[in-house]
Amino acid sequence: MGLNRRVGFFAGLKYRGGGPMWAWILHRVTGIAMVLFVGTHVFASFFMQQTGSDLATNINIVYESWIFQIVVTFIVIFHGLNGMRIAILDIWPKFQVFQREALWLQWFIFIPIYGLTVFILIQRAIAGNY
Amino acid sequence: MSSRTVQPGLSFEYLMWIFTRISGLSLVLLSAIGVFSAFALGARTQVDLPTLMRWTFFPNPNHVINSEIPDVTLGWANAFWQVMQILIVFFGVTHGFNGLRVVIEDFIGQSIARPFIRGFIFLLWIFALVIAIYVVIFS
Repeated sequence: MGLNRRVGFFAGLKYRGGGPMWAWILHRVTGIAMVLFVGTHVFASFFMQQTGSDLATNINIVYESWIFQIVVTFIVIFHGLNGMRIAILDIWPKFQVFQREALWLQWFIFIPIYGLTVFILIQRAIAGNY
Repeated sequence: MSSRTVQPGLSFEYLMWIFTRISGLSLVLLSAIGVFSAFALGARTQVDLPTLMRWTFFPNPNHVINSEIPDVTLGWANAFWQVMQILIVFFGVTHGFNGLRVVIEDFIGQSIARPFIRGFIFLLWIFALVIAIYVVIFS
């Protein structure tokens, strides 16, 4: 059944849940984005290989460009790390007490991995290796 | 605070809740195996990031043919990597489309459109699985 809420999208954003709320929103947004982008990439690759379609080739050229890859790597790395935090806290519910610390730890792991990825992407793009 | 044990019923939502956790952790593990194997199988010397991603998430000869590394089929075209790809595709596609279903049903609530959206996502799921496994096996 669920609650019968009449809360609009922008009213919902005013809820002051802090870090965990934004992690929840980002998890959903990045999840939807991944289904969209990676799903499009899968279908485009299939039609590029099978029929040599120009549209599919252009979609893949956009997907593989370094600017788009900066967005995609953010989406994938954030969703993966946040999902690991959720799964680990669900398996050992005693650690739920430390969920804010877990969120900080997650960002401390995220920043070096993503920073290194962006550094490599921009370095290669400037060197013209793509 | 006293605790009580609750016996959850085996509903579809409960099973998918568990599956989401298991498949998510499996995907992280499979990606780690993919990255380490890509380095072990020769990505060490000539790696660029798109190639590494191709080798990690879909180590298929037809997929990595777009890389600029000449001998990409070495080491990848065997049954072990086909099984790994089918696993990563199955977990990824199922996890993704189930997540899409959960988010959409959270938004629309009780609605007449719910069974139609469920059916549509089910068809997309089957279609994605079939073409992915077709590409893995017949290439």
